[in-house]
Amino acid sequence: MSRPEQLAPPEIFYNDTEAVKYTSSTRVQHIQAKMTFRALELLNLEPSSQMLLDIGCGSGLSGEILTEEGYIWCGMDISPSMLATGLDREVDGDLFLADMGNGIPFRPGSFDAAISISAIQWLCNADTTNSDPQRRTLRFFNTLFASLKKGGKFVAQFYPMNDNQIDQILSCAKVAGFQGGLVIDDPDSKKNKKYYLVLSAGQSERQL
Amino acid sequence: MKFLTTNFVKCSVKSCDSTTDSFPLGYDNCKLVQTEQEFKPDFILSILERLDWNALIQVAKDLGNESLPPVKPEGELLQNEDLLKDLHTLLIETTIIEGEMICNNCKHVYYIKNSIPNFLLPPHLA
Ligand SMILES: [Zn+2]
Repeated sequence: MSRPEQLAPPEIFYNDTEAVKYTSSTRVQHIQAKMTFRALELLNLEPSSQMLLDIGCGSGLSGEILTEEGYIWCGMDISPSMLATGLDREVDGDLFLADMGNGIPFRPGSFDAAISISAIQWLCNADTTNSDPQRRTLRFFNTLFASLKKGGKFVAQFYPMNDNQIDQILSCAKVAGFQGGLVIDDPDSKKNKKYYLVLSAGQSERQL
Repeated sequence: MKFLTTNFVKCSVKSCDSTTDSFPLGYDNCKLVQTEQEFKPDFILSILERLDWNALIQVAKDLGNESLPPVKPEGELLQNEDLLKDLHTLLIETTIIEGEMICNNCKHVYYIKNSIPNFLLPPHLA
């Protein structure tokens, strides 16, 4: 099976038919929910946390879980069809049509934390001749760092194509000032192996 | 987009990162809708802490609301339930469903359609 990011850019791959197909597949829903709960577990949020950012929110499958958990959230996605499906499903979060490689358009300290499910591997792709994955990845992490409050965490489940992509993502995150690394669930299972980037934007002010 | 979110969203253009003019955005030709939401006073109180009050006043003014107190309410004022209800109505129940957001630095216009702001940048700004 081809990987979606090799077929076409995300806004083209997730057209209306794919968006509905993706969102209504119970298998996808189940996997997305499981990964969202795992991301929340890895975030280990402070009880006072309220505002979360969901990067690559798609149609809001992960966002609905954030709502159930009592958070206010904003979601960004580059696919208009995915966002339209989210509107149809009346998700509570504010949806933004945006390209994470252009940066996170929120003022410093906006969010307590950010999550991303199955999205950031798209940063490693060059869809047009003038898009530079390295520059886009760095822009993403620099602006994400700024949009998080001090010590705010970012957990991203993603599908790296190879070790090179992992290195590229980790090194850009470090350059932007993030601390942290990779958590690999079920490392020995070819089918269930999952990669989570677990980062923190500096030291939290919380007394440990 | 909830009114609350106007207090966080800023211009996405890289050359606007280091200016204070890229936040808040200017709001124009906006269509607003009120939707009833559960009132949670504690939530409003805690969200109040993180608000940029001057930005809130500026955006409210853009949208035709000049009734906000000039400084962020604190202390005893916070026990006034009417005030918290007003803030709840403004921040959580008011959504912008159509409109334009303008960066006061680079003058780029971001459009809101069907409640969704479009932050995709044209190639020369990306
Ligand atoms: Zn600007």
